[in-house]
Amino acid sequence: MTEQLKGPASAREDDDWDIVIRPSKGNTPDLGLVWQYRDLVWMFFKRDFTTFYKQTILGPVWYIIQPSLTAMTYYVVFGKIANLSTDGLPPFLFYMSGTIIWSYFSACLTNNSEVFSKNANLFGKVYFPRLVVPLSVAMSGLVAFAIQFLLLLTVSIGLKIANPDLAVSYWFLFLTPLVLLYIAVLGIGAGLVVSALTVRFRDLVYAVGFMTQLWMYGTPIVYPFSQIPERYHWFYYINPMTTPVQTFRWALFDAPALPVGLCLANLAVTVAITLCGLALFSRAEANAMDTV
Amino acid sequence: MNDIVIRAEHVSKLYRLGVINHGTLYRDLQSWWAKWRNLPDPNISVSDHTSARGARSRLKGDIFHALDDVSFEVGHGEIVGIIGRNGAGKSTLLKVMSRITMPNSGFIGIRGRIASLLEVGTGFHPELTGRENVYLNGAILGMSRAEVRSKFDEIVEFAEIGEFIDTPVKRYSSGMYVRLAFSVAAHLEPEILLVDEVLAVGDVNFQNKCMGRMQEVTKAGRTIIFVSHNMTAISSICPKSILMADGKVAAMGDTADVIKAYLDRPEFGGTAIYSVNPEDVDGKAVICRVAVLNEKDELSGTVELSKGFSVEIEYELREPLSGLSVGMQIMMEDGYTPLVSLSDPELDLGRLDTRPAGYYRARVKFPGCLLNTGTFYVRLGISSRFSIYSVAEGIRFDVEDNVGIIQMLGQQRKPSISAIQLPWAVEKVFLRDSEGVLK
Repeated sequence: MTEQLKGPASAREDDDWDIVIRPSKGNTPDLGLVWQYRDLVWMFFKRDFTTFYKQTILGPVWYIIQPSLTAMTYYVVFGKIANLSTDGLPPFLFYMSGTIIWSYFSACLTNNSEVFSKNANLFGKVYFPRLVVPLSVAMSGLVAFAIQFLLLLTVSIGLKIANPDLAVSYWFLFLTPLVLLYIAVLGIGAGLVVSALTVRFRDLVYAVGFMTQLWMYGTPIVYPFSQIPERYHWFYYINPMTTPVQTFRWALFDAPALPVGLCLANLAVTVAITLCGLALFSRAEANAMDTV
Repeated sequence: MNDIVIRAEHVSKLYRLGVINHGTLYRDLQSWWAKWRNLPDPNISVSDHTSARGARSRLKGDIFHALDDVSFEVGHGEIVGIIGRNGAGKSTLLKVMSRITMPNSGFIGIRGRIASLLEVGTGFHPELTGRENVYLNGAILGMSRAEVRSKFDEIVEFAEIGEFIDTPVKRYSSGMYVRLAFSVAAHLEPEILLVDEVLAVGDVNFQNKCMGRMQEVTKAGRTIIFVSHNMTAISSICPKSILMADGKVAAMGDTADVIKAYLDRPEFGGTAIYSVNPEDVDGKAVICRVAVLNEKDELSGTVELSKGFSVEIEYELREPLSGLSVGMQIMMEDGYTPLVSLSDPELDLGRLDTRPAGYYRARVKFPGCLLNTGTFYVRLGISSRFSIYSVAEGIRFDVEDNVGIIQMLGQQRKPSISAIQLPWAVEKVFLRDSEGVLK
C-alpha cells in the first residue's frame, strides 16, 4: 500500500519545505529561531523568578546576606590576616564588587552546566531551540546582581558622605551594562561548553563547582591586578574574567585600569569560548535526548 | 493529488546500545587506552551481554533499529492515525517528526507550522497559578504571548476551571490539572499537529469534548497525525492510517483495512494466553500473565456462547502504587471496542488506596451470552490516573455457538455484539372473548 510514494527523483525539491529534517551533526544554532522564541525566554525567566520567591521566605534577603558575609570573610582573611592590598579602595567595597561580579558569572556557568539533564523531561517532549534555556538562566542571574548592585551603591554613597575624599566615578552608569553583557556572554559560552560535555561525561558535573572555585582565585577578586608580578601577567591575558572584574572596579571607584592589550586578549578568548560553546551545544542538542 | 505537507523518505533511526555513551570520562579514557594498546574494550563486553539477552531481529550487533526505512506522505488537511504495538516505532517516529531527536538517515520535509503534543502539561510548574502556567505552557508549545492572550478566555472556558485560574496548580484536582493542560494544547493553531495518545486523559465527558475539538480543528483545514492504541478513537477520527511494525511501515491506507491488517498480524494470532518473563520487563507495574479461561477454569481459546468464562490477569507491582486500576478492553476484528471494564472504577473510593508491592491476581467473570459469536481481542493495561504502566495485548478468543440455536432455527447470527438475554416481562392486558370483543 506504499505505492503512492514518489520516487526519490521527484523528492529533491527540498527548497520549498518549511522544515527539513535530515541527519546532521549539528552546526551553528539558528539564532533567528531563538529570536522567534523570545517570549519563551521571558516565560522561563518569569517562572524561575516567581517560584524562587514563592518557595523561600527570606527571598531577596538571601541575595544580600550572601555577598555581604562573603565580602566580610574576604576582608578578614585576605585583608586583615594576609594583608593583601585593595588598590587603595575601601576594603568592603573592593571585596563586595569582586564578589557580586563573580557570583553572577559563576551562576551563569554552573546553572548552565546541567541544562540537558535538568530539562530532560521538557526536551524529551517538545521542541524549541534549546538555547532558550541558557539565555533565561543568564537573565535570572541578573535579578540577584541588580539587588546586590543596589546594596553596593547604597554602601558607596554612605561611605562617600562619611568620607568626601572617596573617589566614586560615574562611568559605571555606562560601563556596568557592558560589563554584564560581557559576563553573560562568557558565562553562557562556558556553560554551553560544559553542558555539551556533561551530556557525554556525567562526572564532569562534580568538577564544575570546584573548577569555578579555582578559577576565582585565578581572577583578581580577592587581590588587585596591580599586585601581580610581571612574569605572571600572561595568565591574566588568557583568563577572560580579568577584564570585567577590573573594569567594573575602575568604572565605579577609579581603581587602576587594565592595559588595553589585556582587554583585547580577554575579549578574543571570550569570543572563542562562546563560539566553541555554541558549536558544541548545537551538536549536543542534536542527539542529547538519546543519551540523557 | 492534493498537496503534500509532510513527506518522509527512507527515514531510519538507530540506537546504539551501550557503547556510545559510557557516561563517565574515566570509562571513556579506559576505552581509548585499551584501543590504543589493541586490547579489547573493557566496557564493551557489558553491553554485549545485555543485547544478547534481548536479541531480536531488529538488533544487529548492538544496533537497534527503532525506525527502519520509513517512507510516507501526508496531504494537506488529512487526519492520519499511526497504530502499532508497543515498541513498533510509533513514538520514535513522532519524536523524529517533532525534532526532539534526529534521524540517522533519510529525509523529512514539512510544510507549515508544526506543533507536537507528546504529553499534556509539559513544563507545568506546580507552584505557578493556572494563569501563569497557561502562558508558560503556551510559550513552550510555540505560541507567542499575544496569541495566548487572545485565546486566554477561550482556554479557561474550555477547561472549565473558572475562578480557580489564579490558584497554584498544585492545589488543583488531577482532573482540573489535566483539563487545563489539554485546553492549552487544544487551542494551539499550527497547520500540522502531532498528537500522541493524549486523549487518554480526563473523565469520559472531557474525552468526548476533546475528540469533538479534534474533529473541529480538522474542519479548519489542519493536518493531524494521531498516534494511539485506541482503535475506536482512531477509526472514528482518522480516515487514513499507517501501521508500524518492527520499525517499518507495515501497512498504509484506509483505517478499516489497516486495523484489520494490524489484528491479522501473526503476533496477534489466536493465543488465549499471554505471558512474559517479568525479569525482561522494566516498570513499576508489569502484567506477567493473562489467560482466557472457560467455564471449567481451563485455559481455552474458544468459549461457548451460553456459558460464562473469565479472564485472569497476574501482575507484579514493584513499588507501592496508588490510584491503580487494571483496565480491560474487548475489541472486535474491525477495531471497534464494545466493552471496557476497570477493576477499580474511577468513582470507587478504594481506588485511592495504596497497593503494596507484590504479585497480584485479578479475575473478571463474563456471564454467558454477553458476547455474541465471533472473534474478540483483549487488551489489558495497568494504569493510574496519569500513566499507563504496562499493557498486554494480542490475546484472542473466539465465542462459538455451542447449543446451535442459530442453526436449529435456520437463522443467521443475530446482528448484535451481545447475545445476552434481557429479562422481558410479558403480561396479559386484555383477552378477546368468543365474540371477538376485547375486554
